[in-house]
Amino acid sequence: MSPERKDDFQKRREHLADLSDQELKERFWDLADQIVDPLADLAKTHTSPSIERSVLIRMGFNSLDAKAIVKKIHEADLLGKGAGHVLLKLSEKEGMEIKDAGMAIKDGKYSDKELADLFSGGVA
Amino acid sequence: MELRPDEKIDIEALLEDIESYRPKRKGWTWRKPVDQLNLEDFTYYNMSEGLENSIPLPAARSFKGIDPQPEPVITTEIASGRFEDDIRRMRMAAWHGADHLMVIRTAGQSHFDGLIEGTPEGVGGIPITRKQLRVTRRALDLIEEEVGRPLNFHSYVSGVAGPEIAVLFAEEGVNGAHQDPQYNVLYRNVNMFRSFVDAAVAKKVMASVDMLQIDGAHNANATARKAWNVMPELFVQHAINSQFSMKAGMPKELIALSTVPPAAAPAPDLRLNMPYAVALRELFDGFKFRAQQNTKYMESSIREATVTHTLNLLISALTSADIQSTITPDEGRNVPWHYNNIMAVDTAKQTFAALDGIKKILNLEEKEESRLREDARELKERAVLFMEEILEVGGYFEAVSQGFFVDSGRYPGRNDDGIARDKDGGVSADSIIPRDDDYMAPVCNHYGYNNLPDGVDKGCDLIDGCSLEHPEMIDFIDELDPEDNVNNRLEETREFRKGSKLKPEVEWAADGWVNITMFLPAEETVAEVAALEIAKKMGLENAEVIHREVMHPAEGTLIEVKGKVDFAVDVDNLEIPEKEELLPDDEIEKYVKENQLKIVAATVGEDEHSVGLREIIDIKHGGIEKYGFKVTYLGTSVPINKVVDAAVETNADVIMISTIITHNDVHRQNMQKLHDLCIERGLRDDVILIGGGTQVTDDIACESGMDAGFGRGTHGDDVASFIVKKLKGEIEDACENIEE
Repeated sequence: MSPERKDDFQKRREHLADLSDQELKERFWDLADQIVDPLADLAKTHTSPSIERSVLIRMGFNSLDAKAIVKKIHEADLLGKGAGHVLLKLSEKEGMEIKDAGMAIKDGKYSDKELADLFSGGVA
Repeated sequence: MELRPDEKIDIEALLEDIESYRPKRKGWTWRKPVDQLNLEDFTYYNMSEGLENSIPLPAARSFKGIDPQPEPVITTEIASGRFEDDIRRMRMAAWHGADHLMVIRTAGQSHFDGLIEGTPEGVGGIPITRKQLRVTRRALDLIEEEVGRPLNFHSYVSGVAGPEIAVLFAEEGVNGAHQDPQYNVLYRNVNMFRSFVDAAVAKKVMASVDMLQIDGAHNANATARKAWNVMPELFVQHAINSQFSMKAGMPKELIALSTVPPAAAPAPDLRLNMPYAVALRELFDGFKFRAQQNTKYMESSIREATVTHTLNLLISALTSADIQSTITPDEGRNVPWHYNNIMAVDTAKQTFAALDGIKKILNLEEKEESRLREDARELKERAVLFMEEILEVGGYFEAVSQGFFVDSGRYPGRNDDGIARDKDGGVSADSIIPRDDDYMAPVCNHYGYNNLPDGVDKGCDLIDGCSLEHPEMIDFIDELDPEDNVNNRLEETREFRKGSKLKPEVEWAADGWVNITMFLPAEETVAEVAALEIAKKMGLENAEVIHREVMHPAEGTLIEVKGKVDFAVDVDNLEIPEKEELLPDDEIEKYVKENQLKIVAATVGEDEHSVGLREIIDIKHGGIEKYGFKVTYLGTSVPINKVVDAAVETNADVIMISTIITHNDVHRQNMQKLHDLCIERGLRDDVILIGGGTQVTDDIACESGMDAGFGRGTHGDDVASFIVKKLKGEIEDACENIEE
């Protein structure tokens, strides 16, 4: 993929030659930061099925239930709200325990639209 | 439940009530360095606090059993596929000095989209599950009390279920984990966006329980064809994961760089590896270093692997290592066997003891213009240039898609053989979802945007706490598979674990594997086929050649064969001799000196062999002279009456004769004659008579009138301890159980 290239280190290093060891180290870490920044931003602004399952596990669901619930919420196109958020909204609306809200979603007791409607009235 | 050194760990008991077991503690633990450690005759400068229970190196026998524990945490990696057997291996390793117990995951788990439950059997590792982790942690909680040092438990937070695994590990008291999104991308072909998005959450969760992270950079030199050329890239990979981890909330001291000396002999090992090791530690000052052995060039020779390990340890000692990994020397021939984990741990312990204080006599940093400094500087510059080009082409993802990484050219040289990944490809491609403005996760330690309601700064306050704070919230799944689980496996091996049946094992209880070493005076291919035929005739099943080494193209080949025995022995049917407890060296020495003990020794009869007896006597061979016995050695082929004459003359306390076994029982006759002659001369009650020789047993000697007999494998201390015990009256009559 990356085409063959002769080792042209001596030519490329000219701009580094006069840096002290300390300056070279600072440059190294400055470059690392520039490379990583967009990666961290991507992570900040995105989620994934695994992340949402990890949220539900922390909320007390076992791995099988977490997987089934996240799948339903994903199908309802609501993972961008946060799976735990969906459960919280549903439990508030229906006055049920979070655990029961999760199991109800898992069992398909709510349609995609009913779940989406939880978010039409603003933030919890 | 408490462990006793003389009892096997009870696996069944570990499984009881496991649904309610909670780990004793969480977080990583370092050893406690001791500034200057004084142990017997020595002062150490790089050691840590000792253990309450341990098994020292074999040579410690000559050093009053001291067992100095080096400063670095020592790792052992276990991959048997059955956690119930791993636990027993962990206990053995802990007794030898390992305090970082790493379990390898079963093949394919990193592509498993979710958690695995129950206790299925694995291949090349174990399925990491809640139950497996919990039972293992419970065992380690007991073992760490037994040895007297905290044990770090470790596995992998990688693959497409990273965040879930991180939460599971945090809940179950796993103390360390590999986590590096680059590993997923390059070696597991997990989609690059998914890999980084997941990693940030995983890292934040890991940091919340002080879990130590190890990165995956070392895989580049395990993969690249010319590993020594990827050194600049290794710095880049370390930097990307370290910097990303810090952005995810991990402090430097929880971030360990996995570093492997990239070259190995016959390359000029140290000259290539030292500048790299030095440059790495300078660039990454403040992070932790996990030094691992080079495995890239490892073949099936145990000897060669051990030498590589030792040389790599030399680099650790000359630079630094916070964690010293050990690779079992048999990794090149099979899934590592129990005792090879222990061998590797001992190699690390032995080498660190040997190199203690080495920096006090060598100074690597003095010369500004040394070759070492020049090479280190060049590596750093090459790494900087690598990162500049990543940014030039548009960043990390673009660089990966252009095959920048694991290219075997020496950067900026390129060899066009890097691993290129498609941004939209790989496992779980197209699976990340933008967080909406009202995205919310009602848990704590969650990385990234989280639109918590006003006044709430801890997400899990919304649900009255999460499982990391309230372990009772964890919904434990026991078993899912009625066939493939630990209970069934334990049932199959019960008679070997709890009954009197005994069978060799190396991976699993009663697996039957043994290793046979043979030299065959034949060329390699002939030797290999012949070795398998020999193994078959020995009754070994599934025989397989696991190592071959040409000694000479025509003169011969060394072959090692593994095979299974299909029988067991019943311990109840064995006659087990009572084990003789030896007196401590200083007690023997004190008694011998106070009583000025004298010995007459000779090889008797028509026997010119002197080696065995000389080894028992000579101070040079660790013989009894070292305790201060005055020994009169009469030589070989000495007639019995001359021996007795010498005993009378010197007023000896002990007569030792060495004799070989002969067809006509001359050895018995010689011993009997010595006994009779001593009675005749009226000195039998004042002298201890000892018979020895390769075929002599205590029984034969006693039957022939001796006080004791010593055969093959006897050392000076066995004999010295017997003499002193006998004289002190601690042995009434050594031969009492022999019927006349």
